[in-house]
Formats: sequence, structure tokens, C-alpha cells
Amino acid sequence: MLGQIAYALPFLAEGFALTLWVSLLVVVLSLIAGVILGVGLVYGPAPLRWAVRIFSDTIRGIPILVLIFFVYYGLPAVGVHLQSFWAAVLALTLFKTAQVVEYLRGAVASIPKGQSEAAMAIGLTFRQRLAYVIFPQAFRRFLPPWINGVTDAVKGSALVSLLGITDLMQAINQVIGRTYEAMPLYILGALLYFAVNYALSYASRRLEQRFTFIRE
Amino acid sequence: MATSSSDSPALLDIAEVSKSFGSVEVLRSVSLKVAKGEVVTVIGPSGSGKTTLLRCVNFLESYDSGSIRIDGREVGFRDGGARQRRSEHDLAAMRAETGMVFQSFNLFPHLTAAGNIMLGLTKVRGKSKSEARAIAEHWLGRVGLAHKADSLPAELSGGQQQRVGIARAVAMEPKILLLDEITSALDPELVGEVLAVVRSLAEDGMTMVMVTHEMAFARDASSRIVFMADGGVSAVGPPKEVLAAETTNERLRSFLARFRASQF
Amino acid sequence: MGYTLNFNLIWRHFDKLWGGLLLSLELAVISIAIGIVIGLVLAVWYVSAGRVVRGVIAAYVEFIRNVPLILLVYLVFYGLPTVIDVAYSAQTSFVATLALYSGAYLVEVFRSGLEAVPRGQIDAGKAIGLTPWQRLIHVRLPTMMRITLPALSNTFISLFKDTSVASVISVPELTYGAQWINFNTFRIVEVYLVVTAMYLVTGYALLFALRLVERWYRTAR
Ligand SMILES: Nc1ncnc2c1ncn2[C@@H]1O[C@H](COP(=O)(O)OP(=O)(O)OP(=O)(O)O)[C@@H](O)[C@H]1O
Ligand SMILES: [Mg+2]
Repeated sequence: MLGQIAYALPFLAEGFALTLWVSLLVVVLSLIAGVILGVGLVYGPAPLRWAVRIFSDTIRGIPILVLIFFVYYGLPAVGVHLQSFWAAVLALTLFKTAQVVEYLRGAVASIPKGQSEAAMAIGLTFRQRLAYVIFPQAFRRFLPPWINGVTDAVKGSALVSLLGITDLMQAINQVIGRTYEAMPLYILGALLYFAVNYALSYASRRLEQRFTFIRE
Repeated sequence: MATSSSDSPALLDIAEVSKSFGSVEVLRSVSLKVAKGEVVTVIGPSGSGKTTLLRCVNFLESYDSGSIRIDGREVGFRDGGARQRRSEHDLAAMRAETGMVFQSFNLFPHLTAAGNIMLGLTKVRGKSKSEARAIAEHWLGRVGLAHKADSLPAELSGGQQQRVGIARAVAMEPKILLLDEITSALDPELVGEVLAVVRSLAEDGMTMVMVTHEMAFARDASSRIVFMADGGVSAVGPPKEVLAAETTNERLRSFLARFRASQF
Repeated sequence: MGYTLNFNLIWRHFDKLWGGLLLSLELAVISIAIGIVIGLVLAVWYVSAGRVVRGVIAAYVEFIRNVPLILLVYLVFYGLPTVIDVAYSAQTSFVATLALYSGAYLVEVFRSGLEAVPRGQIDAGKAIGLTPWQRLIHVRLPTMMRITLPALSNTFISLFKDTSVASVISVPELTYGAQWINFNTFRIVEVYLVVTAMYLVTGYALLFALRLVERWYRTAR
């Protein structure tokens, strides 16, 4: 039985690589989109603020699985044809973007009002206040939850297996289909996911400790 | 309109300023002139509008009517009479002409003591890093913290933080310095070191408006004292007059009585 | 492009969605009820236990939190019965999984809540002569509950959304109903619009209700 599993290892490794690739794409794209929308939410004009609020509350209010199915089955129905890989990346990115928006809002909101006022009092303009006073501090509060939240992208990516994409989850299911060694393979898969995510959450905790001097 | 500023020698001219938060009238037609080199202290019961008045002077707070001029120029509104808010850019430039020291210090926690002072010098005054550093070190020396230039705020005591706060404000060479209860967040034994710095600035001729509950300091260090009550200036004059025991101003008398009981 | 919305087929099969929604709620409620018991017991045990027990509890928490729910669902439903002699329905299997899953999150919630109970309160409890057990029941748990109630509400709302994963082992909850209508009527956009609305309305209504409960609990004593 172990021989059979060893035989499948390269296949599993490919699936694992795809899981990491999807996660990486989602994390990078959502960071860009989320920071832009997040700044819009905090500092934008009222219509933009409302639009971002509705976007974020809607996305965070439904299961990721529903979001994935909606994008995957819904887009072709309205004439947009994406490869299943990119449909999956799009759906997960929407989900992560809403998270990033909230991390950013929380980080900026946690900077005391006095910081803005002190920056105003020495004559800094709006952009200078953001660049030299607010963002440097907000960054330290944004980073730990954001890194910890990367685990949500990795875990969420396992759902793309349902679209027939051969990520780690799907690779495991396929190997089980051939070998009937369900338990060892699920445990192997769990350990792989665990290794990645635990490393991320550990890094997040370490960073948080390093940044505590800001909290006073 | 241009004539009104020329016939007044005042550096700061607050004229009939009123302001409401919702339905609460916080400032009621406040007028006050401060000449160059004067040290004016503002006293009064809690909620009388002292902080709000000070924040209006550098337009951290807008006001509903009246005008506030520094060197003849309206602070928050465009030149030319119409009550049109200045652009963000002009406001920043106007604010750089006033310095402010806060009750809660508000040092930038991610910057060192020197970094706090250098930020405005480099980004607003356009000075080079090395020039700004030299100025920062000069002022840190003046407030007795030359050796703390590279410490983060979290590594400083409250009194030290507030002295950096003062250095940050005066390093910009403001025309006028605004100080709002800058010692009330400090332990009693640290109050003296901060007030000593303010006193030495006053001796240098720095124009200051200072809200304080330190009556002894107000009496000894100020040219005039303003007593505020219910959003208005209730009494104003030299310390000896305002703090006189035989004042006929009821509100002032009861306010002072509370202080005499505890302090003088 | 040229897609016209037509909700008729959705309404004809609406019982699938309605029944699915009720089942989703049922799964979430049963799971969190068991999860609260797991979380409370382990949290109380954790704060008073030695290194070994702490290590075991922490391992359980970290394992569950760092593995995708869908994998846990497969593992319990397809994996476990191959190594131990048990037989259970998909629904029972899912509830067991989600209970263990929520338990891991709630251990953390309750543990930090217990540690946030001010020392002075515990000392005051000692001072009036309460036993450790009495202090737990009458001082620490009530205070902890007040601190953790918001986090508990949030956990429940996420669990409600997580029930959608039960569809992968054919438990006929709301997402399963959506997929059934999707495959049988091809009114894809319509069914997902309706299901999105159902999740949103239910989720935010629950959140609103739970916030009221929190407010009531805070002022009730
Ligand atoms: N942002 C605000 N919104 C609403 N009301 C405010 C605001 N800021 C101040 N006020 C109110 O305005 C009044 C004057 O406040 P202000 O802070 O100017 O008083 P103060 O004289 O500085 O008092 P203290 O001695 O306590 O500092 C108070 O009644 C206060 O509640
Ligand atoms: Mg005040």
C-alpha cells in the first residue's frame, strides 16, 4: 500500500504546487485590489464608500463555495468565458479582497485621531499625512492579520477541486480513487496544508510581537 | 476689509467667533487680540470652550461665524471676504505658521525624537535631512534631551515626550505657539520640567496662547489671563487683576475659590 | 449579453431552497451547541492544566484551524469508516465534523475570555470564601461569557456559512439545493442570485438578533 502511495507522490506534488500557485495569485491580486478599495472606503467620497461597503458586506456575507459556483457557472451563462482555473482565481480573489478591505479599514481606524491632528498642526498636507504618519503606523497593524489571513486563501483554494481543477485536494481524491487508501492520503494532505498554514500563522504571531512597541 | 488688519497691531486677531456642535453653542462671539511676544493663558471651568477655541486658531476645528486672523490673514477661509474654505494645500501652509502642543503629546510613535522634529522641517519647510537633523538636535538640546535624539517615544517618560512635543512645534519657527493643557497628562513630579521649557521660550519672546489649570504658572508667566465661561470670554486682563480676590465677577470668584482651596 | 432573467423555474423548485436553508440552520445550531461544550470544557481544562494537556489541546486547535474544512469533511465521512468500525449518515458525519471544527475555534475564544477576567474579581471571590469550583461558576464563567459573546455570535454566523460545504457529501442543505436547481434547470444566474440573497438575509438577520441578545445580556445584570 505504501508503494502505491509513493508511486503517486509526483502527482500529489504537482497538485500541491497548483494549490500554492492559486494561493499566491489570489493573495497578490487581492492585496492590490483590497488596498485600493480599502483606501476608497476610508477616504473616498460617499458614493464610493457606499459601493465598497456593499461589496465587502455582500462578499463576506455568503459562503465562499457559493461565490465560487456563482462565478464558475454564472459567468458563461452571461457570455463571459473563463478557463475554470481563472474563474476559480477570480472567485477566491473577490473573497480575499473583501477581507483585505476590512484589515485595511481596521488598521487605519486604530490610529488615534491625535496622530492626524499633530500631523496637520505641523502643516502636512493630506497626502503627506497618509504617506509619513498614517500608513507607516497602519502598516504595522495591517501586516500580522493579513499574513494570518493568507491561510484563508490557502484553505479556500481547496474548494476549487470541485471545479475539476487538480489542486492538492483534487489530487488526493484522485489517488484515493485509484488506491482506496483514503485515510493515509487524507492525513498526508492535512499535514501538507497544516505545514503551510501553520508557518504563516506563526510568522504572523512573531510579527505582532515585534510590532508591539507601537501599541504603547 | 484690508484696512481692518492694518489698524490693529495684533499678531492673532480673534473677532466674534461663534461655534456650535449640533445644538450646543460652544463658542459665543469670542473676541481676543494677542500681540507679538505676548503670553496669554486661558483658564476656565471644564467644558467652557478653551480647547475648542485653541483648535479653531489653527483650523483643526472650523467655526460658524466671525474671523480668526494671523498677521492679518484669515486662517481657514480664502482671502477676499467670502467664507470659502481654503484648499487643503493652503490650509497646510497656514497651519505651518502656528505650532501646537497637545495634552496627549501625540508624538508619532514610529519615528524617533529627532525624526518627529525633522518630519515637518523636511516635508513642509523643504530643508535637507542634515539641516533638519541639526535643527532637531539644537531644539532637543534646548529642552534638555540632546541625549535622547534617537529614542522612540515609547522609550521616553511622559515629561520627556512632552518636551519633544514642544521641540517639534517650535522647530518649525511658528509665529505663534498654541498649548492645550500640556501638563495635565503628566505625573506631578514631571510638570515642572515641562513648564520650565515653556518659561524659557517665553523669555525668548515666543508668542503663546496656553490653556492651563496651573494657576501659579498663569500668575507668574503670563502677560494676560483670559477667563472663559460658558463659551465666552468672561474676564481678561493682567494676572494681578484677573486673579484678584476682590473680583466682582461671580463665575470667576467661585472658579478661583476652588483653586485657592486646593492650591494657592 | 442577451441573458434574460426568468425566475419561474426557481419558484417552482423553491421548496428545495427553503428546505435547504432550514437544514443549514439546523446543522449550524447543532454543531455550535456541541462545539460550545467542547470549547468550554477544553478551555477550562487548558487554563488549569499542565504542559502535556496544554500541548494536546493546542495541537487539536492548531490542526483544525490550519486544515481546509472540506478536507476534514472528506476525512471524517470517507476516511474514518475505513479504519474504524463505524457507520453514519452524511448528515451525522458532517455535524460531527463541524462540531469538532467549531470546538477548536471556541477553545481559543473561551480561553482568551477566561484569561481576560480581571484578577481582582477572582481575588474578591476568594476573599468572600468561594471554593475554586464556585469561583468558576459564579465569577469567572459569567464574566467570561460577557466578554466572549460577540466572538461567539461571529463564530455562529461563520458556521452557518460553512454548512455550505456539506453539499460536497450530498447533504441537502441550501448550497446543495442551489446546485440541484442549477443542474436541472440551467437557470444559473437566477438560482445563485436567490441563494445569495437567502444567505445574506439570514446571516444578517441572525447577526442583528444576536447583537440584541448581547445587549440584553450586558444590561440584564
Ligand atoms: N467634537 C465635538 N462634538 C461635540 N461636542 C463637542 C466636541 N468637542 C467639544 N464638544 C463640547 O464642546 C464644549 C466645550 O468643549 P472644550 O473641549 O472646548 O472645553 P474645555 O474648556 O477645553 O474643557 P476642559 O477643561 O475639560 O478641557 C463641551 O461641552 C464639549 O462637550
Ligand atoms: Mg480642553
